[in-house]
Amino acid sequence: MASKAPLETAPAAKRQRRTLTRPPRAAVQETAIVRVGDSGPQSAVQHTRASGARRGTEAALDFGAAWTYAPSPEATDHVRIEPRYELFIGGSWVKPLSGKYFDTTSPSTEQKLAEIAEADERDVDRAVQAARHAYEKYWSKMRPIDRGKYIYRIARALQEKAREFAIVESMDGGKPIKESRDVDVPLAANHFFYYAGWADKLRYAFPGANARPLGVAGQVIPWNFPLLMAAWKLAPALACGNTCVLKPAETTPLTALLLAKIIEEADLPPGVVNIVTGAGKTGSAIVSHPDVDKVAFTGSTLVGKRIQKALAGTKKKLTLELGGKAANIVFDDAPLDQAVEGIVGGIYFNQGHVCCAGSRLLVQEGVAETVIRKLRDRMMSLRVGDPLDKNTDVGAINSKMQLDKIRELVESGEREGAERFSTPCELPKRGYWFAPTFFTHVSQSHRIAREEIFGPVLSVLTFRTPDEAIEKANNTMYGLSAGVWTDKGAKIFDVAQKLRAGVVWANTYNKFDPSSPFGGYKESGFGREGGRQGLLAYLEVE
Amino acid sequence: MARSKSTSGRSTESQVGLGPHAQREAKTPGFAGRASGATGSRSRLARVGAGGAAPWEPGRLNVRKAYKMYVGGAFVRSESGRYLQVAETMAPGENGTMENVPRGSRKDARDAVVAAHAALSGWSRRAANNRGQILYRLAEMLDARSEELERSLVRSGLSAADARAEVGASVDRTLSYAGWSDKYHSLFASLNPVAGPHFDFTIPEPVGLVVIAAPARPALLGLVGSILPVIVGGNVCIVVASEEDPRTAVTFAEALATSDLPGGVVNILTGHHKEILPPLAKHMDVQALDLHGTSGALLKELTDSAADSVKRVRSRDLKRDAWFDHEACTTPLWIERFVEMKTIWHPSGA
Repeated sequence: MASKAPLETAPAAKRQRRTLTRPPRAAVQETAIVRVGDSGPQSAVQHTRASGARRGTEAALDFGAAWTYAPSPEATDHVRIEPRYELFIGGSWVKPLSGKYFDTTSPSTEQKLAEIAEADERDVDRAVQAARHAYEKYWSKMRPIDRGKYIYRIARALQEKAREFAIVESMDGGKPIKESRDVDVPLAANHFFYYAGWADKLRYAFPGANARPLGVAGQVIPWNFPLLMAAWKLAPALACGNTCVLKPAETTPLTALLLAKIIEEADLPPGVVNIVTGAGKTGSAIVSHPDVDKVAFTGSTLVGKRIQKALAGTKKKLTLELGGKAANIVFDDAPLDQAVEGIVGGIYFNQGHVCCAGSRLLVQEGVAETVIRKLRDRMMSLRVGDPLDKNTDVGAINSKMQLDKIRELVESGEREGAERFSTPCELPKRGYWFAPTFFTHVSQSHRIAREEIFGPVLSVLTFRTPDEAIEKANNTMYGLSAGVWTDKGAKIFDVAQKLRAGVVWANTYNKFDPSSPFGGYKESGFGREGGRQGLLAYLEVE
Repeated sequence: MARSKSTSGRSTESQVGLGPHAQREAKTPGFAGRASGATGSRSRLARVGAGGAAPWEPGRLNVRKAYKMYVGGAFVRSESGRYLQVAETMAPGENGTMENVPRGSRKDARDAVVAAHAALSGWSRRAANNRGQILYRLAEMLDARSEELERSLVRSGLSAADARAEVGASVDRTLSYAGWSDKYHSLFASLNPVAGPHFDFTIPEPVGLVVIAAPARPALLGLVGSILPVIVGGNVCIVVASEEDPRTAVTFAEALATSDLPGGVVNILTGHHKEILPPLAKHMDVQALDLHGTSGALLKELTDSAADSVKRVRSRDLKRDAWFDHEACTTPLWIERFVEMKTIWHPSGA
C-alpha cells in the first residue's frame, strides 16, 4: 500500500504530538483576557474561583497529563490506493494524451500517495465528447425513474464503502478522520440519495414550467471537501438529466477517482460521468470548451470572476459558489457555552478550510471578555495532529501553498496591530500545520477582517447594538453565511432577515443537509446547491 | 362446500371447523394422494408455487406456507381462529390447491390500532431522510422477492407477463415514494408574508393513523400504491388486504418485515372488508380512512361512522390501468391527502 509509510510514525513521537503543552503561567490571562474589554480581569478571576481549580493568575483550565490520550489511529490496512490513476472518460480509464502525471501527496506527512494523470485540452475535449455522446444516446432518453435508480446505486455504494472514502479523504486532504467519517462521506452519500429521488419528480419541482436538462455540465471543485463537493455537483446534474465532466482539485483528486470507480461498478452508461484531473489549466479547458452547456464552479472569488468573464457572450449557464467572510454574531443574551462551541466549530472545523466558516466573530461588548476567555479555554483542549487519529480535532493544512497564504495573512494581522492568540500546541515536524488562532483588537479595515484566510484563524470584533452588529456583518464583499446567537427568538428572525447572506445559522453553525439550499449573496457567488432550489442550476425552466 | 368457481382466485368463506380442504384431504387416502392434493391437473407452476403441492414422485415434498396477518411487526393468526380459503387459479374455470388465510375479526382490528398507535410517534419523528432510506430498503426487498411475488400473482390468476409488469411497477412505485420522503415538504410548506413583524410559516405534519381499504385489483400494485403515500408522510396505517388475492398481501408483508420498517407502521389484515372496516371506522384512535374501491352501502356506513370523530375520509375507485400510470400515481397530491398543515407564528423584531 502506497500510503503505509506515513502511518508508521513512532508511537512515542505521536503521543508527544498529541500532548497539549500547558501554556506558561499568567501569560494566557495577560495576553488574551485582560486586554479585551475595559472592565479588567475581574470576571476572569471569578471564573477561576468558580471552577475551583486554581487561584490567582494561573490558567483557568489545566488538565495536565490527564489530557494526554493514547494514539487512536484509524486502521488503514483495508484501503488500497493505486500507484497511478488515469482519466475516467467514456466509462473507461484512459491514459492522458498529454502524457503527463503529477503527484498527490499527504499534507500531514508530505509523502506521495499516488500519481495522477494530467488532462490537457485534448483530454478535456475527449471527455466533453464522451459526455455529449452519453447525453444524446443514453441519459436524456432514459426513463427518469431509471436515472434515479443509477444515482441510488451510487449512494448505496458510497454508504457501503464509507470508511474507505473517509480514510482516503483524510490522507489526501489532511482533514481529521472524525470529520471525513462523520460529516463529509455521509453527507455525500445522502446528497446522491436525495437527488436520486428527484429524477422522476422534476415536473412537480417547478409547477407549470417545462423543466428540461441543459446537456453537458462542466464542473470544477475545490480541495476543502473533495468528495462532498463532487456529490454536490454530480447528484443534481445527473438527476436533472445532464451528463458531466468533473475536475477535482489537484491536491485532492483521490476520492473523486474512487467515486469514478463506484460509478463504473454501478454500470452507469459510459460517458455519463467523466472525471478529468489536473490543475487550473485543465479547469480552464473545461470552462472554455465550446460544447459545454453549463459550468458549475466552487472555489475562490478571484477565479469565479475570471470564469464569469470567460463565459461572457456565450450561452453557457453558470453557477458559482465562492468565498466568504462570515460573521458569527454573539449577543449578550446568548447561551455562552453553546455559543463558544459554535464559534469553535464555526472556524476550526476542517482547519478553517470552509467557505462558510464563521471567520469574523462579532461579540456584544458586555460579554466579549467572558466569551473570549471561554473560547480560549475551549481551544486549549483542541487536539491538533495526525488526521487519521480518531481523537484529532484539527488536522493538517491542505497544502504548502495554503499554509503560506495563511501565514502571510496572519503576519499582516500582527503587523496591522491586532492581538494574536494561538494555542500553544506542539505541531508535528513534517507536514503542513497551523495552530488554532484568533485575533482580538481587530478593526474592520484590517486585512484579517476583510479577506478570506481559509485557515484556522478567527478575527474577533465587538459591537454594542443589534444594528451595529448587522452593519458590521454586512460590511463585506461576501455574503455566503452568518451565525446568530441569542436566546430571543424575535431577535433571531429579525437579524437573520437583515443579514445579506445565503445561509444563516441561528444558535448553531456549519450545518449542512441535502434538503437545505446552500449558496451565496454578493461576491460569494450565485445559484444554490441542495434542496429543490438546487435543481434550478441544472434545468432549463421556461 | 363453498368452493368458488371464480377464475380470479377469489377467496371463499367456509365454516369454522372442518373446512372443505380438510374434507377433501380426508377423502383422499394414502400418502401419495395427500401429496398430490385435491385437483388432478398440475402445472409446473403449481409445483413451484409456495403452497402448491408436488405430484407424488420420488423427490422432495414441498413445505407449505401458513399465511398470517402482519400486525405490530409480527405475523399473527386471527384471534377469532377463523379462516378464509383461497384457491389457486390454474386456468380459466379451473381451480387448484386451496389455501387458508386468516379471517380477521373486530378484535384483530382493535389490536392493530393499538400496534399502529405504538409505532406512530417513533415513525413520525424519524428524520425524513431516514424514512426514505427505509422505504428504499423496501424497494430493494421487493426487487429481491420479485419472483416470489410474481408467482403469487400468477397463482391468483394473472398471466406471467401481467404479473411481471405489476411487480416491476410496484418496485418502481416504492422507489418513487422513497424519494418523496424528504421532498414533499418543499412543495407543501410556505412562508406566509403576513402584515406585521412576524415570521409565519406553514408546515405539513402527519395526520396519524390511517385505515386503508386496499383495492381488489391490482392486488399488489394497489396495495403498495395506497400504503406508500400514507407512510411516507410519517403516518402509520392498517390495511385491509384485497379480498381477491390476500396471499400476495401476506407475501408483501414478508418484504416489509425485512425492510427495516419498524413494526406497527404498516399492519396488514386479511378478511372481509365489510366485517373489518366498520369497527375501524368507528374507532376513536383512527384519524383517517383511505378507501379504494369501497362503494355503496359500506361506503355510506363507513363515512357515517367516521363523522363521529371527524375522520378524514378519502375514497377513490381507480380502474386497474389507472394504477399503472406511474406519473399520475406518484404526484405529491397523493401524499397531501394525509398531512395536516400547521401554521407557526413567531415575532420578528429586536
